[in-house]
Amino acid sequence: MTESVKKRQSGIRPVTETSLKGRKAPRKEAHEKAFFGMIWAVAGLTLAVLFLILGFILVKGVPHITWTFLSKEPEALGAEGGIFSVIVGTLAVTVLAVLISTPIGVAGAVYFSEYSKGGRIIKIIRFFTEVLAGIPSIIFGLFGFAFFVVYMQMGWSVIAGALTLTLMILPTIVRTTEEALKTVPMSYREGSLSLGATKWYTIKKVVLPCCKGGILTGVILGVGRAIGETAALMLTIGGSLNIPTSLFSSTRTIALHLYMLASEGISDDKTYACAALLIMIVLLINTAANRIGRNISK
Amino acid sequence: MISNVKTTNDLAFKIRDLNLHYGDFHALKDIDIDIPRHKVTALIGPSGCGKSTFLRTLDRMQDTVEGAKVEGEILFDGEDIYSKECDVTDLRKKVGMVFQRPNPFPKTIYENLVYGPKVHGITDKKRLDEIVERTLKEVALWDETKDRLHTSALGMSGGQQQRLCIARCLAVEPEVILMDEPTSALDPVATAKIEGLLHDLSGKYTVVIVTHNMQQAGRVSDQTAFFLLGELLEVNSTEKIFSAPDNKKTEEYISGRFG
Repeated sequence: MTESVKKRQSGIRPVTETSLKGRKAPRKEAHEKAFFGMIWAVAGLTLAVLFLILGFILVKGVPHITWTFLSKEPEALGAEGGIFSVIVGTLAVTVLAVLISTPIGVAGAVYFSEYSKGGRIIKIIRFFTEVLAGIPSIIFGLFGFAFFVVYMQMGWSVIAGALTLTLMILPTIVRTTEEALKTVPMSYREGSLSLGATKWYTIKKVVLPCCKGGILTGVILGVGRAIGETAALMLTIGGSLNIPTSLFSSTRTIALHLYMLASEGISDDKTYACAALLIMIVLLINTAANRIGRNISK
Repeated sequence: MISNVKTTNDLAFKIRDLNLHYGDFHALKDIDIDIPRHKVTALIGPSGCGKSTFLRTLDRMQDTVEGAKVEGEILFDGEDIYSKECDVTDLRKKVGMVFQRPNPFPKTIYENLVYGPKVHGITDKKRLDEIVERTLKEVALWDETKDRLHTSALGMSGGQQQRLCIARCLAVEPEVILMDEPTSALDPVATAKIEGLLHDLSGKYTVVIVTHNMQQAGRVSDQTAFFLLGELLEVNSTEKIFSAPDNKKTEEYISGRFG
Protein backbone atom coordinates (compact mmCIF):
# COMPACT_ATOMS: atom_id res chain seq x y z
CA MET A 1 0.00 0.00 0.00
CA THR A 2 1.49 3.29 -1.02
CA GLU A 3 1.60 6.37 1.14
CA SER A 4 -0.77 8.30 -1.10
CA VAL A 5 -3.47 5.64 -0.91
CA LYS A 6 -3.23 5.58 2.86
CA LYS A 7 -3.61 9.31 2.91
CA ARG A 8 -6.62 9.18 0.68
CA GLN A 9 -8.23 6.51 2.78
CA SER A 10 -7.62 8.28 6.01
CA GLY A 11 -8.81 11.41 4.31
CA ILE A 12 -12.06 9.89 3.20
CA ARG A 13 -13.19 8.74 6.56
CA PRO A 14 -13.61 12.09 8.27
CA VAL A 15 -15.56 13.35 5.30
CA THR A 16 -18.09 10.53 5.60
CA GLU A 17 -18.41 11.11 9.28
CA THR A 18 -19.08 14.76 8.90
CA SER A 19 -21.55 14.06 6.14
CA LEU A 20 -23.36 11.68 8.44
CA LYS A 21 -23.41 14.10 11.28
CA GLY A 22 -23.62 17.28 9.36
CA ARG A 23 -25.93 16.61 6.43
CA LYS A 24 -27.54 13.19 6.03
CA ALA A 25 -28.66 12.78 9.59
CA PRO A 26 -30.64 15.98 9.86
CA ARG A 27 -32.32 15.27 6.55
CA LYS A 28 -33.42 11.87 7.84
CA GLU A 29 -34.66 13.44 11.01
CA ALA A 30 -36.47 16.09 9.07
CA HIS A 31 -38.17 13.41 6.96
CA GLU A 32 -39.20 11.59 10.07
CA LYS A 33 -40.56 14.74 11.59
CA ALA A 34 -42.45 15.64 8.44
CA PHE A 35 -44.07 12.23 8.24
CA PHE A 36 -44.89 12.27 11.90
CA GLY A 37 -46.44 15.67 11.54
CA MET A 38 -48.48 14.56 8.56
CA ILE A 39 -49.81 11.52 10.35
CA TRP A 40 -50.72 13.64 13.33
CA ALA A 41 -52.43 16.15 11.10
CA VAL A 42 -54.48 13.52 9.32
CA ALA A 43 -55.39 11.79 12.56
CA GLY A 44 -56.32 15.15 14.02
CA LEU A 45 -58.46 15.97 11.00
CA THR A 46 -60.32 12.69 11.31
CA LEU A 47 -60.99 13.32 14.96
CA ALA A 48 -61.99 16.90 14.23
CA VAL A 49 -64.57 15.76 11.68
CA LEU A 50 -65.92 13.19 14.10
CA PHE A 51 -66.23 15.71 16.93
CA LEU A 52 -67.71 18.27 14.59
CA ILE A 53 -70.52 15.92 13.58
CA LEU A 54 -71.10 14.60 17.07
CA GLY A 55 -70.89 18.07 18.58
CA PHE A 56 -73.19 19.62 16.00
CA ILE A 57 -75.86 16.96 16.47
CA LEU A 58 -75.57 16.81 20.22
CA VAL A 59 -75.59 20.58 20.70
CA LYS A 60 -78.63 21.00 18.49
CA GLY A 61 -80.40 17.86 19.73
CA VAL A 62 -79.70 17.26 23.39
CA PRO A 63 -81.58 20.34 24.72
CA HIS A 64 -84.74 18.95 23.13
CA ILE A 65 -84.41 15.50 24.68
CA THR A 66 -86.68 16.11 27.62
CA TRP A 67 -88.69 13.74 29.73
CA THR A 68 -91.78 14.79 27.77
CA PHE A 69 -89.98 13.95 24.53
CA LEU A 70 -89.19 10.45 25.75
CA SER A 71 -92.45 9.65 27.50
CA LYS A 72 -95.20 11.34 25.50
CA GLU A 73 -96.71 10.03 22.33
CA PRO A 74 -96.26 12.10 19.19
CA GLU A 75 -98.88 14.61 18.17
CA ALA A 76 -99.38 16.45 14.88
CA LEU A 77 -97.26 13.92 12.92
CA GLY A 78 -94.43 14.35 15.42
CA ALA A 79 -94.26 18.12 15.40
CA GLU A 80 -95.61 18.15 18.95
CA GLY A 81 -95.38 15.70 21.85
CA GLY A 82 -92.69 13.07 22.12
CA ILE A 83 -91.57 9.83 20.56
CA PHE A 84 -92.65 7.22 23.10
CA SER A 85 -94.44 5.02 20.57
CA VAL A 86 -91.45 5.30 18.24
CA ILE A 87 -89.10 4.09 20.97
CA VAL A 88 -91.40 1.13 21.62
CA GLY A 89 -91.49 0.41 17.88
CA THR A 90 -87.69 0.56 17.65
CA LEU A 91 -87.31 -1.83 20.56
CA ALA A 92 -89.91 -4.23 19.17
CA VAL A 93 -88.41 -4.40 15.68
CA THR A 94 -84.77 -4.59 16.81
CA VAL A 95 -85.25 -7.11 19.59
CA LEU A 96 -87.39 -9.31 17.39
CA ALA A 97 -84.85 -9.17 14.55
CA VAL A 98 -82.02 -10.14 16.93
CA LEU A 99 -84.08 -12.91 18.50
CA ILE A 100 -84.76 -14.42 15.09
CA SER A 101 -81.36 -13.90 13.51
CA THR A 102 -79.08 -14.96 16.37
CA PRO A 103 -80.12 -18.63 16.59
CA ILE A 104 -80.27 -18.94 12.80
CA GLY A 105 -76.94 -17.19 12.33
CA VAL A 106 -75.15 -19.18 15.01
CA ALA A 107 -76.62 -22.45 13.75
CA GLY A 108 -75.54 -21.56 10.21
CA ALA A 109 -72.01 -20.73 11.32
CA VAL A 110 -71.77 -23.97 13.33
CA TYR A 111 -72.91 -25.91 10.29
CA PHE A 112 -70.47 -24.17 7.96
CA SER A 113 -67.41 -24.49 10.12
CA GLU A 114 -68.06 -27.64 12.17
CA TYR A 115 -70.16 -29.97 10.04
CA SER A 116 -69.84 -29.17 6.35
CA LYS A 117 -66.77 -30.63 4.73
CA GLY A 118 -66.20 -27.48 2.69
CA GLY A 119 -67.75 -28.73 -0.54
CA ARG A 120 -68.61 -26.63 -3.55
CA ILE A 121 -72.17 -25.92 -2.48
CA ILE A 122 -70.89 -24.56 0.83
CA LYS A 123 -68.44 -22.32 -1.01
CA ILE A 124 -71.25 -20.99 -3.16
CA ILE A 125 -73.51 -20.42 -0.16
CA ARG A 126 -70.69 -18.64 1.65
CA PHE A 127 -70.03 -16.46 -1.37
CA PHE A 128 -73.65 -15.37 -1.45
CA THR A 129 -73.66 -14.74 2.28
CA GLU A 130 -70.79 -12.33 1.75
CA VAL A 131 -72.56 -10.70 -1.17
CA LEU A 132 -75.66 -10.37 0.99
CA ALA A 133 -73.65 -8.29 3.46
CA GLY A 134 -72.84 -5.71 0.79
CA ILE A 135 -76.27 -5.25 -0.76
CA PRO A 136 -77.79 -1.76 -0.35
CA SER A 137 -80.46 -1.82 2.31
CA ILE A 138 -83.16 -0.37 0.07
CA ILE A 139 -82.99 -3.62 -1.93
CA PHE A 140 -83.65 -5.58 1.25
CA GLY A 141 -86.55 -3.21 1.78
CA LEU A 142 -87.90 -3.88 -1.67
CA PHE A 143 -87.61 -7.62 -1.21
CA GLY A 144 -89.21 -7.42 2.24
CA PHE A 145 -92.05 -5.41 0.77
CA ALA A 146 -92.65 -7.81 -2.11
CA PHE A 147 -92.19 -11.00 -0.11
CA PHE A 148 -93.23 -10.43 3.52
CA VAL A 149 -95.63 -7.50 3.18
CA VAL A 150 -97.41 -8.46 -0.02
CA TYR A 151 -96.83 -12.13 -0.81
CA MET A 152 -96.90 -13.46 2.77
CA GLN A 153 -99.71 -10.99 3.51
CA MET A 154 -98.10 -9.69 6.67
CA GLY A 155 -98.92 -6.14 5.72
CA TRP A 156 -96.77 -3.24 6.95
CA SER A 157 -95.91 -4.65 10.31
CA VAL A 158 -93.39 -5.18 13.08
CA ILE A 159 -92.85 -8.77 11.98
CA ALA A 160 -92.29 -7.88 8.30
CA GLY A 161 -89.72 -5.27 9.34
CA ALA A 162 -88.01 -7.61 11.80
CA LEU A 163 -87.76 -10.38 9.20
CA THR A 164 -86.30 -7.96 6.67
CA LEU A 165 -83.73 -6.80 9.23
CA THR A 166 -83.00 -10.44 10.01
CA LEU A 167 -81.95 -10.99 6.42
CA MET A 168 -79.70 -7.96 6.67
CA ILE A 169 -77.89 -8.79 9.89
CA LEU A 170 -77.69 -12.55 9.36
CA PRO A 171 -74.43 -12.41 7.33
CA THR A 172 -72.76 -10.34 10.05
CA ILE A 173 -73.70 -12.81 12.76
CA VAL A 174 -72.71 -15.81 10.64
CA ARG A 175 -69.33 -14.35 9.82
CA THR A 176 -68.37 -13.17 13.31
CA THR A 177 -69.50 -16.49 14.79
CA GLU A 178 -67.50 -18.43 12.21
CA GLU A 179 -64.41 -16.37 13.00
CA ALA A 180 -64.92 -17.06 16.69
CA LEU A 181 -65.37 -20.80 16.08
CA LYS A 182 -62.09 -20.90 14.18
CA THR A 183 -60.20 -19.58 17.20
CA VAL A 184 -61.27 -22.52 19.39
CA PRO A 185 -58.31 -24.95 19.46
CA MET A 186 -58.84 -28.44 18.00
CA SER A 187 -57.44 -29.85 21.23
CA TYR A 188 -60.56 -28.76 23.15
CA ARG A 189 -62.74 -30.64 20.72
CA GLU A 190 -60.50 -33.71 20.88
CA GLY A 191 -60.46 -33.59 24.68
CA SER A 192 -64.23 -33.60 24.79
CA LEU A 193 -64.69 -36.29 22.12
CA SER A 194 -62.15 -38.53 23.83
CA LEU A 195 -64.29 -38.49 26.98
CA GLY A 196 -67.15 -39.99 25.02
CA ALA A 197 -69.03 -36.79 24.28
CA THR A 198 -70.88 -36.59 20.99
CA LYS A 199 -69.98 -33.93 18.47
CA TRP A 200 -73.10 -31.92 19.24
CA TYR A 201 -72.48 -32.11 23.01
CA THR A 202 -68.90 -30.96 22.42
CA ILE A 203 -70.07 -27.98 20.39
CA LYS A 204 -72.76 -27.09 22.90
CA LYS A 205 -70.68 -27.41 26.06
CA VAL A 206 -67.12 -26.58 25.01
CA VAL A 207 -66.90 -24.89 21.62
CA LEU A 208 -69.80 -22.43 21.77
CA PRO A 209 -69.07 -21.26 25.35
CA CYS A 210 -65.58 -20.34 24.12
CA CYS A 211 -67.22 -18.20 21.44
CA LYS A 212 -69.59 -16.22 23.65
CA GLY A 213 -67.62 -13.02 23.19
CA GLY A 214 -67.38 -13.38 19.43
CA ILE A 215 -71.05 -14.19 19.01
CA LEU A 216 -72.00 -11.25 21.19
CA THR A 217 -69.87 -8.94 19.07
CA GLY A 218 -71.74 -10.13 15.99
CA VAL A 219 -75.09 -9.61 17.65
CA ILE A 220 -74.15 -6.11 18.79
CA LEU A 221 -72.92 -5.20 15.32
CA GLY A 222 -76.25 -6.50 14.06
CA VAL A 223 -78.16 -4.40 16.56
CA GLY A 224 -76.14 -1.39 15.50
CA ARG A 225 -77.08 -1.95 11.89
CA ALA A 226 -80.72 -2.62 12.72
CA ILE A 227 -81.12 0.46 14.89
CA GLY A 228 -79.76 2.81 12.27
CA GLU A 229 -81.69 1.26 9.41
CA THR A 230 -84.17 3.37 7.47
CA ALA A 231 -84.50 2.24 3.89
CA ALA A 232 -85.22 -1.41 4.61
CA LEU A 233 -87.91 -0.47 7.11
CA MET A 234 -89.52 2.33 5.14
CA LEU A 235 -91.12 -0.23 2.83
CA THR A 236 -91.88 -2.87 5.43
CA ILE A 237 -93.12 -1.42 8.72
CA GLY A 238 -95.32 1.30 7.35
CA GLY A 239 -94.71 4.17 9.73
CA SER A 240 -97.66 4.35 12.08
CA LEU A 241 -97.18 6.61 15.08
CA ASN A 242 -99.32 4.43 17.33
CA ILE A 243 -97.83 2.09 19.90
CA PRO A 244 -97.66 -1.33 18.26
CA THR A 245 -100.03 -3.75 19.93
CA SER A 246 -99.24 -6.91 18.01
CA LEU A 247 -96.65 -8.34 15.64
CA PHE A 248 -98.86 -7.24 12.80
CA SER A 249 -99.20 -3.59 13.82
CA SER A 250 -97.57 -1.00 11.66
CA THR A 251 -94.95 0.97 13.54
CA ARG A 252 -92.00 3.35 13.23
CA THR A 253 -88.41 3.33 14.43
CA ILE A 254 -86.34 6.28 15.64
CA ALA A 255 -84.23 6.34 12.47
CA LEU A 256 -87.32 6.19 10.27
CA HIS A 257 -89.03 8.87 12.35
CA LEU A 258 -85.96 11.06 11.93
CA TYR A 259 -86.13 10.59 8.18
CA MET A 260 -89.84 11.45 8.07
CA LEU A 261 -89.41 14.53 10.26
CA ALA A 262 -86.51 15.81 8.19
CA SER A 263 -87.82 15.01 4.72
CA GLU A 264 -91.23 16.50 5.39
CA GLY A 265 -89.86 19.44 7.33
CA ILE A 266 -92.12 18.73 10.27
CA SER A 267 -89.91 19.86 13.11
CA ASP A 268 -86.23 20.81 13.17
CA ASP A 269 -85.91 20.49 16.92
CA LYS A 270 -87.46 17.04 17.08
CA THR A 271 -85.30 15.88 14.17
CA TYR A 272 -82.10 16.78 15.99
CA ALA A 273 -83.43 15.35 19.21
CA CYS A 274 -83.98 12.02 17.43
CA ALA A 275 -80.51 12.19 15.89
CA ALA A 276 -78.87 12.90 19.22
CA LEU A 277 -80.81 10.10 20.86
CA LEU A 278 -79.72 7.65 18.13
CA ILE A 279 -76.08 8.64 18.55
CA MET A 280 -76.27 8.16 22.28
CA ILE A 281 -77.90 4.76 21.92
CA VAL A 282 -75.25 3.58 19.46
CA LEU A 283 -72.45 4.84 21.73
CA LEU A 284 -74.05 3.09 24.67
CA ILE A 285 -74.37 -0.19 22.79
CA ASN A 286 -70.76 -0.07 21.63
CA THR A 287 -69.42 0.66 25.09
CA ALA A 288 -71.54 -2.11 26.56
CA ALA A 289 -70.36 -4.53 23.88
CA ASN A 290 -66.72 -3.69 24.59
CA ARG A 291 -67.20 -4.15 28.32
CA ILE A 292 -69.03 -7.44 27.99
CA GLY A 293 -66.63 -8.73 25.37
CA ARG A 294 -63.65 -7.95 27.59
CA ASN A 295 -65.24 -9.54 30.64
CA ILE A 296 -66.13 -12.71 28.78
CA SER A 297 -62.73 -13.13 27.17
CA LYS A 298 -61.22 -12.96 30.68
CA MET B 1 -64.00 -71.53 22.62
CA ILE B 2 -62.41 -71.88 26.01
CA SER B 3 -59.19 -70.38 24.76
CA ASN B 4 -61.20 -67.51 23.32
CA VAL B 5 -62.68 -66.66 26.70
CA LYS B 6 -59.25 -66.69 28.22
CA THR B 7 -57.95 -64.32 25.55
CA THR B 8 -60.79 -61.92 26.16
CA ASN B 9 -59.89 -61.79 29.82
CA ASP B 10 -56.18 -61.30 29.40
CA LEU B 11 -56.21 -58.97 26.45
CA ALA B 12 -57.64 -55.51 26.26
CA PHE B 13 -57.04 -55.22 22.54
CA LYS B 14 -56.48 -57.83 19.90
CA ILE B 15 -55.53 -56.32 16.56
CA ARG B 16 -55.27 -58.25 13.31
CA ASP B 17 -54.34 -57.10 9.79
CA LEU B 18 -54.87 -53.45 10.57
CA ASN B 19 -54.28 -51.19 7.59
CA LEU B 20 -54.83 -47.47 7.44
CA HIS B 21 -54.71 -45.19 4.42
CA TYR B 22 -54.76 -41.41 4.28
CA GLY B 23 -55.79 -40.98 0.68
CA ASP B 24 -52.89 -42.54 -1.21
CA PHE B 25 -50.60 -42.74 1.77
CA HIS B 26 -50.39 -46.14 3.41
CA ALA B 27 -49.87 -45.12 7.04
CA LEU B 28 -50.26 -48.45 8.82
CA LYS B 29 -49.36 -51.76 7.21
CA ASP B 30 -50.71 -55.13 8.36
CA ILE B 31 -50.43 -54.47 12.07
CA ASP B 32 -50.90 -57.51 14.34
CA ILE B 33 -50.58 -56.87 18.05
CA ASP B 34 -52.08 -57.96 21.34
CA ILE B 35 -52.36 -55.42 24.14
CA PRO B 36 -52.47 -57.12 27.51
CA ARG B 37 -54.90 -55.96 30.14
CA HIS B 38 -53.65 -53.96 33.13
CA LYS B 39 -50.18 -53.61 31.69
CA VAL B 40 -48.32 -50.70 30.16
CA THR B 41 -47.56 -51.00 26.47
CA ALA B 42 -45.11 -48.49 25.01
CA LEU B 43 -45.11 -47.61 21.32
CA ILE B 44 -41.75 -46.39 20.07
CA GLY B 45 -40.30 -45.45 16.71
CA PRO B 46 -39.05 -42.44 14.79
CA SER B 47 -41.35 -39.53 13.89
CA GLY B 48 -43.89 -40.32 11.23
CA CYS B 49 -43.71 -44.07 11.79
CA GLY B 50 -47.41 -44.35 12.50
CA LYS B 51 -47.37 -44.90 16.24
CA SER B 52 -49.63 -41.97 17.05
CA THR B 53 -51.92 -42.88 14.18
CA PHE B 54 -52.11 -46.41 15.54
CA LEU B 55 -52.90 -45.10 19.02
CA ARG B 56 -55.70 -42.97 17.64
CA THR B 57 -57.35 -45.93 15.91
CA LEU B 58 -57.84 -47.57 19.32
CA ASP B 59 -60.50 -45.08 20.43
CA ARG B 60 -61.48 -44.15 16.89
CA MET B 61 -60.22 -40.58 17.28
CA GLN B 62 -58.86 -41.26 13.82
CA ASP B 63 -62.45 -40.91 12.64
CA THR B 64 -62.13 -37.15 13.10
CA VAL B 65 -59.37 -36.99 10.49
CA GLU B 66 -60.65 -36.53 7.01
CA GLY B 67 -59.73 -39.11 4.38
CA ALA B 68 -58.54 -41.80 6.78
CA LYS B 69 -59.65 -45.33 5.84
CA VAL B 70 -59.27 -48.20 8.27
CA GLU B 71 -59.27 -51.87 7.31
CA GLY B 72 -58.79 -54.96 9.42
CA GLU B 73 -59.89 -55.93 12.87
CA ILE B 74 -59.49 -54.23 16.20
CA LEU B 75 -61.12 -56.27 18.93
CA PHE B 76 -61.67 -54.51 22.24
CA ASP B 77 -63.01 -56.86 24.91
CA GLY B 78 -63.71 -59.25 22.05
CA GLU B 79 -65.81 -56.78 20.04
CA ASP B 80 -64.81 -55.21 16.77
CA ILE B 81 -64.71 -51.46 17.40
CA TYR B 82 -64.96 -50.65 13.70
CA SER B 83 -68.15 -52.65 13.24
CA LYS B 84 -71.39 -50.77 12.67
CA GLU B 85 -72.83 -51.92 16.02
CA CYS B 86 -70.03 -50.29 18.00
CA ASP B 87 -71.13 -47.18 19.89
CA VAL B 88 -68.24 -44.75 19.57
CA THR B 89 -69.19 -42.67 22.61
CA ASP B 90 -69.38 -45.82 24.70
CA LEU B 91 -66.03 -46.97 23.36
CA ARG B 92 -64.42 -43.63 24.21
CA LYS B 93 -65.83 -43.80 27.71
CA LYS B 94 -63.99 -47.09 28.19
CA VAL B 95 -60.90 -46.03 26.26
CA GLY B 96 -59.73 -42.62 27.41
CA MET B 97 -57.03 -40.48 25.89
CA VAL B 98 -54.38 -38.10 27.15
CA PHE B 99 -52.87 -35.83 24.54
CA GLN B 100 -49.42 -34.52 23.77
CA ARG B 101 -50.17 -31.02 24.95
CA PRO B 102 -52.23 -30.56 28.09
CA ASN B 103 -55.67 -29.56 26.89
CA PRO B 104 -57.84 -28.68 29.86
CA PHE B 105 -61.03 -26.89 28.88
CA PRO B 106 -61.10 -23.16 29.65
CA LYS B 107 -63.29 -23.90 32.64
CA THR B 108 -62.66 -24.37 36.34
CA ILE B 109 -60.72 -27.36 37.64
CA TYR B 110 -63.94 -28.76 39.05
CA GLU B 111 -65.85 -28.34 35.80
CA ASN B 112 -63.06 -30.02 33.86
CA LEU B 113 -63.31 -33.09 36.05
CA VAL B 114 -67.09 -33.40 36.09
CA TYR B 115 -67.37 -32.83 32.34
CA GLY B 116 -66.96 -36.51 31.45
CA PRO B 117 -69.26 -37.87 34.15
CA LYS B 118 -71.90 -35.34 33.12
CA VAL B 119 -71.59 -36.51 29.51
CA HIS B 120 -72.51 -39.95 30.74
CA GLY B 121 -75.48 -38.77 32.74
CA ILE B 122 -74.17 -38.32 36.28
CA THR B 123 -75.77 -35.21 37.77
CA ASP B 124 -75.84 -35.94 41.50
CA LYS B 125 -73.76 -33.23 43.15
CA LYS B 126 -72.48 -35.51 45.90
CA ARG B 127 -71.31 -38.14 43.46
CA LEU B 128 -69.63 -35.53 41.30
CA ASP B 129 -67.81 -34.13 44.35
CA GLU B 130 -66.63 -37.63 45.19
CA ILE B 131 -65.38 -38.16 41.65
CA VAL B 132 -63.45 -34.89 41.76
CA GLU B 133 -61.78 -35.79 45.04
CA ARG B 134 -61.03 -39.38 44.04
CA THR B 135 -59.51 -38.52 40.66
CA LEU B 136 -57.46 -35.62 42.00
CA LYS B 137 -56.07 -37.89 44.70
CA GLU B 138 -55.33 -40.54 42.11
CA VAL B 139 -53.11 -38.11 40.19
CA ALA B 140 -51.64 -36.62 43.38
CA LEU B 141 -53.09 -33.20 42.68
CA TRP B 142 -55.59 -33.01 45.53
CA ASP B 143 -53.39 -31.20 48.05
CA GLU B 144 -52.33 -28.62 45.50
CA THR B 145 -55.79 -27.86 44.20
CA LYS B 146 -58.38 -28.60 46.88
CA ASP B 147 -58.60 -24.91 47.81
CA ARG B 148 -58.88 -23.67 44.25
CA LEU B 149 -61.23 -26.17 42.62
CA HIS B 150 -63.38 -23.37 41.33
CA THR B 151 -60.61 -21.37 39.69
CA SER B 152 -59.67 -21.68 36.03
CA ALA B 153 -57.70 -24.76 35.06
CA LEU B 154 -55.67 -22.59 32.69
CA GLY B 155 -54.01 -20.97 35.69
CA MET B 156 -52.15 -24.18 36.55
CA SER B 157 -48.62 -25.08 35.47
CA GLY B 158 -48.14 -27.32 32.43
CA GLY B 159 -47.38 -30.38 34.53
CA GLN B 160 -50.39 -29.79 36.74
CA GLN B 161 -52.57 -29.31 33.68
CA GLN B 162 -51.42 -32.62 32.25
CA ARG B 163 -52.15 -34.39 35.52
CA LEU B 164 -55.54 -32.72 35.52
CA CYS B 165 -56.13 -34.09 32.02
CA ILE B 166 -55.24 -37.56 33.26
CA ALA B 167 -57.63 -37.08 36.18
CA ARG B 168 -60.31 -35.89 33.76
CA CYS B 169 -59.77 -39.06 31.79
CA LEU B 170 -60.00 -41.20 34.95
CA ALA B 171 -63.24 -39.49 35.96
CA VAL B 172 -65.25 -41.56 33.48
CA GLU B 173 -63.71 -44.76 34.87
CA PRO B 174 -62.06 -45.99 31.70
CA GLU B 175 -60.55 -49.44 31.29
CA VAL B 176 -57.82 -48.26 28.97
CA ILE B 177 -55.85 -45.02 28.91
CA LEU B 178 -54.16 -44.02 25.67
CA MET B 179 -51.34 -41.52 26.02
CA ASP B 180 -49.86 -39.68 23.08
CA GLU B 181 -46.42 -38.46 24.21
CA PRO B 182 -47.91 -37.10 27.42
CA THR B 183 -44.65 -35.64 28.71
CA SER B 184 -43.12 -34.17 25.57
CA ALA B 185 -44.35 -30.68 26.42
CA LEU B 186 -43.27 -30.87 30.07
CA ASP B 187 -40.10 -30.17 32.04
CA PRO B 188 -38.11 -33.02 33.67
CA VAL B 189 -39.65 -32.59 37.12
CA ALA B 190 -43.20 -32.69 35.78
CA THR B 191 -42.21 -35.63 33.57
CA ALA B 192 -40.94 -37.57 36.57
CA LYS B 193 -44.25 -36.95 38.33
CA ILE B 194 -46.26 -38.22 35.38
CA GLU B 195 -44.05 -41.30 35.11
CA GLY B 196 -44.53 -42.02 38.81
CA LEU B 197 -48.23 -41.66 38.22
CA LEU B 198 -48.08 -44.12 35.34
CA HIS B 199 -46.46 -46.60 37.66
CA ASP B 200 -49.36 -46.23 40.11
CA LEU B 201 -51.96 -46.53 37.36
CA SER B 202 -50.59 -49.69 35.78
CA GLY B 203 -52.14 -52.73 37.33
CA LYS B 204 -55.43 -50.87 37.62
CA TYR B 205 -55.72 -49.68 34.05
CA THR B 206 -54.48 -50.83 30.69
CA VAL B 207 -52.12 -48.13 29.44
CA VAL B 208 -50.86 -47.62 25.91
CA ILE B 209 -48.28 -44.87 25.68
CA VAL B 210 -46.55 -43.35 22.68
CA THR B 211 -43.15 -41.98 23.53
CA HIS B 212 -40.13 -40.56 21.80
CA ASN B 213 -38.07 -41.10 24.87
CA MET B 214 -36.35 -44.50 24.97
CA GLN B 215 -35.54 -44.28 28.66
CA GLN B 216 -39.14 -43.49 29.38
CA ALA B 217 -40.34 -46.54 27.50
CA GLY B 218 -37.82 -48.61 29.43
CA ARG B 219 -38.86 -47.13 32.77
CA VAL B 220 -42.62 -47.29 32.54
CA SER B 221 -43.66 -50.14 30.26
CA ASP B 222 -44.12 -53.89 30.46
CA GLN B 223 -44.37 -54.43 26.73
CA THR B 224 -42.82 -52.39 23.94
CA ALA B 225 -43.77 -52.21 20.29
CA PHE B 226 -41.39 -50.80 17.69
CA PHE B 227 -42.89 -49.11 14.64
CA LEU B 228 -41.02 -48.13 11.50
CA LEU B 229 -42.51 -46.55 8.37
CA GLY B 230 -45.99 -47.80 9.16
CA GLU B 231 -44.94 -51.33 9.96
CA LEU B 232 -44.83 -52.99 13.33
CA LEU B 233 -41.35 -54.52 13.35
CA GLU B 234 -41.29 -56.00 16.80
CA VAL B 235 -43.40 -56.50 19.91
CA ASN B 236 -41.79 -57.97 22.96
CA SER B 237 -41.48 -57.58 26.67
CA THR B 238 -39.75 -54.29 27.39
CA GLU B 239 -36.91 -56.11 29.06
CA LYS B 240 -36.22 -58.16 25.96
CA ILE B 241 -36.56 -55.24 23.57
CA PHE B 242 -33.99 -53.24 25.48
CA SER B 243 -31.56 -56.10 26.12
CA ALA B 244 -31.77 -58.53 23.23
CA PRO B 245 -34.29 -57.50 20.57
CA ASP B 246 -35.16 -60.02 17.85
CA ASN B 247 -35.06 -57.49 15.05
CA LYS B 248 -31.81 -55.88 13.97
CA LYS B 249 -33.57 -52.59 13.15
CA THR B 250 -34.97 -52.43 16.66
CA GLU B 251 -31.52 -52.76 18.09
CA GLU B 252 -30.18 -50.08 15.80
CA TYR B 253 -32.98 -47.70 16.74
CA ILE B 254 -32.68 -48.31 20.45
CA SER B 255 -28.94 -47.87 20.43
CA GLY B 256 -29.48 -44.56 18.68
CA ARG B 257 -28.03 -45.36 15.30
CA PHE B 258 -31.02 -43.77 13.54
CA GLY B 259 -34.29 -42.08 14.44
